[in-house]
Amino acid sequence: MEFFTQDRVPILEALEKMKIARLVPFDVPGHKRGRGNAELTEFLGDKCLSVDVNSMKMLDNLCHPVSVIKEAQELAAEAFKAAHAFFMVGGTTSAVQAMILTACKRGEKIIIPRNVHRSAINAMILCGAVPVYVNPQIDPALGISLGMSLADVRKAIDENPDAKAVFVNNPTYYGICSDIKSIAELAHEHGMMLLADEAHGSHLYFSDKLPAAAMHAGADMAAISMHKSGGSLTQSSILLIGDRVSEGYVHKIINLTQTTSASYLLMVSLDISRRNMALNGAKLVDNIIDMVQYARDEINTIGDYYAYSRELINGDSVYDFDITKLAVFTRSIGLAGIEVYDLLRDEYDIQTEFGDIANILAYVSVGDRLKDIERLVSALSEIRRNYRQTGRKMLKAEYISPIVACPPQEAFYADMESLPIGETAGRICSEFVMCYPPGIPILAPGEIITEEILQYIQYAKKKGCSLTGPESMDIKYLNVMK
Amino acid sequence: MDLWYMEQHTPNVKFSVKVDKQLYSGMSDFQRIDVFESAEFGRILTLDGFLMLTEKDEFIYHEMIVHVPMCVHPDPKKVLVIGGGDGGAVRELLRYPGIEAIDLVEIDEAVVEVSKKYLPGVASGFSDSRVRCHYQDGLKFIRRVEDEYDIIIVDSTDPFGPGEGLFTKEFYGNCFKALHADGIMVNQHESPYYKDDAYAMQRAHKRIVQSFPYSRVYQAHIPTYPSGHWLFGFASKKYHPVRDADWDRWKKLGIKTRYYNTNLHAGAFALPTYVEELLKDVESEC
Repeated sequence: MEFFTQDRVPILEALEKMKIARLVPFDVPGHKRGRGNAELTEFLGDKCLSVDVNSMKMLDNLCHPVSVIKEAQELAAEAFKAAHAFFMVGGTTSAVQAMILTACKRGEKIIIPRNVHRSAINAMILCGAVPVYVNPQIDPALGISLGMSLADVRKAIDENPDAKAVFVNNPTYYGICSDIKSIAELAHEHGMMLLADEAHGSHLYFSDKLPAAAMHAGADMAAISMHKSGGSLTQSSILLIGDRVSEGYVHKIINLTQTTSASYLLMVSLDISRRNMALNGAKLVDNIIDMVQYARDEINTIGDYYAYSRELINGDSVYDFDITKLAVFTRSIGLAGIEVYDLLRDEYDIQTEFGDIANILAYVSVGDRLKDIERLVSALSEIRRNYRQTGRKMLKAEYISPIVACPPQEAFYADMESLPIGETAGRICSEFVMCYPPGIPILAPGEIITEEILQYIQYAKKKGCSLTGPESMDIKYLNVMK
Repeated sequence: MDLWYMEQHTPNVKFSVKVDKQLYSGMSDFQRIDVFESAEFGRILTLDGFLMLTEKDEFIYHEMIVHVPMCVHPDPKKVLVIGGGDGGAVRELLRYPGIEAIDLVEIDEAVVEVSKKYLPGVASGFSDSRVRCHYQDGLKFIRRVEDEYDIIIVDSTDPFGPGEGLFTKEFYGNCFKALHADGIMVNQHESPYYKDDAYAMQRAHKRIVQSFPYSRVYQAHIPTYPSGHWLFGFASKKYHPVRDADWDRWKKLGIKTRYYNTNLHAGAFALPTYVEELLKDVESEC
């Protein structure tokens, strides 16, 4: 067999060959290289449509990779130093889901921080796993949730020796890392798997100036959002596994829910992005680090704002900090993060990743330019000059520790009733409520609704957060267990 | 030999000038810079292929961007020029004896160097002791300045490319902050004619209206710019561009101009109806 090096792009090369072969397509997709949909071709470009094709012999098949996809996945595994890599086309959501479905069967426990993405809790609804939540520490000044403390994880493991896995955010949306290496060792000592949500960490693999990447720290599985910091197309993602996990079993789990018509646009974007990161990643990440550090310094000289960084590190719940993340504390100018987020978009034509109750997050990546950083900084400076407020009563915390009454699956499928949201305090919620982004649930199925949580929801609504989850789209009603 | 410089003014319109020879071509950190020699327009400076100025008609642009605010402000001493690396605006400003200091903020030092070498008639003012050049991003420079200038002249490229940040609300807002309480900002305001230019013009106007109490637009005829019909923005904290202009004071300065005069100054603020409507459309959104 041919030996591939990181400068190769097997899927791209196969698509180029396919184009030259000028096949007559009597297969799907029905737009037939775009000819059947002129409007779409005009909009996306014929280069794009000409490779929106179905799996065929020369292009391999993601459901059962034997040639070019297999080779591309092997190159990805090598680039990330994992035993195996799976290309995922259902977003990192599908990768997180595959991790939990691999680790847990119905009724089995998983130790998991409560500030997980909804995809993790969704996976538990699907497979019936039982969460053992470790409440993340909170930074009281910034109002953001931090990592898990090692002692809290140890306690959870001691109390639940039958748990199958420990789940870690590496890092959180805000860039906060737990001590993943020690947590991995602890998990392995107790025969548990270590799963890592690296939706915000694909770049960690390519720089020695950043926190440890999960697979390098001993994780058994990691879900990598290549489309976030890696530069691939939205919805493309990679699932990495170590050698303690059976490749065949994971593959079977993935195929339970994965499409049989995986998009070659998504897969080739993973292939090309992997090559770019493997060959140029260190340099690209250095560039991001420099830009973000510059932005942070500039923002911190404006006054009042606080763009935080490694000074948050405390050796435990903030074991490390991803310095490519640009989160800015805004409550100090009398504005909620979501209000600054809205002003940036509506008044200054700048779209940031999200605003929460007290912070905004600007996502800086391989595609950013210094002149755009100048705009962001200048706009923040102008927002302070023009919109700063004093003496407003403002909510502090982004995170409220939940009280879990029953496993998510049980609550999700239980008999329920719909109540006006004001009358739900004390009841067990059977659906999600979350601000999106970041998509971390305020309430998950099985959790007790409290006055504090209701107050938070009202406040977030008033400030303009986009609340999602409940069947009642305007969140006037909530479904609760009977 | 038949050598032509060509610029696409819209996807369907090309503007072309016969070129005798190319005098300079280079890639700076920010853009490609070229200088051509032509019979009709003399030397031509282009950035990323877009025509910035020609020796023959640059006087129109530079006179209109400088003398209009200089005639309105009663006593301008300190002026900031953002962009303007060719030196044309600086040259016009230096003709006023009252000017004490000019700060020029140009992102691309190479534009200044090329202009000094190939356009000496335009870039003649750089050696004057009143002029200080700062080679950095205009948006960054202005962020740190407060209550400092009488006049700010935004002599930028188009809103695509390195000049992008100079067409934004955060930039105009920072200019407001950098001006004295009776300060004036004048900016290159694109053209009202072709669709894409008109859209950029409207956006810029909207952002300026949101940032300054007075915002008016005036026009000039520039043969080598798309459609030939070009606009400037006049934004001010206190002075009206026509009512507050002291024509006699300006005339007494005895500055010889080829395009600008005080009658034209007043008339330049009278705009075609369709341009007024374009401006009103965005003013109603503010």
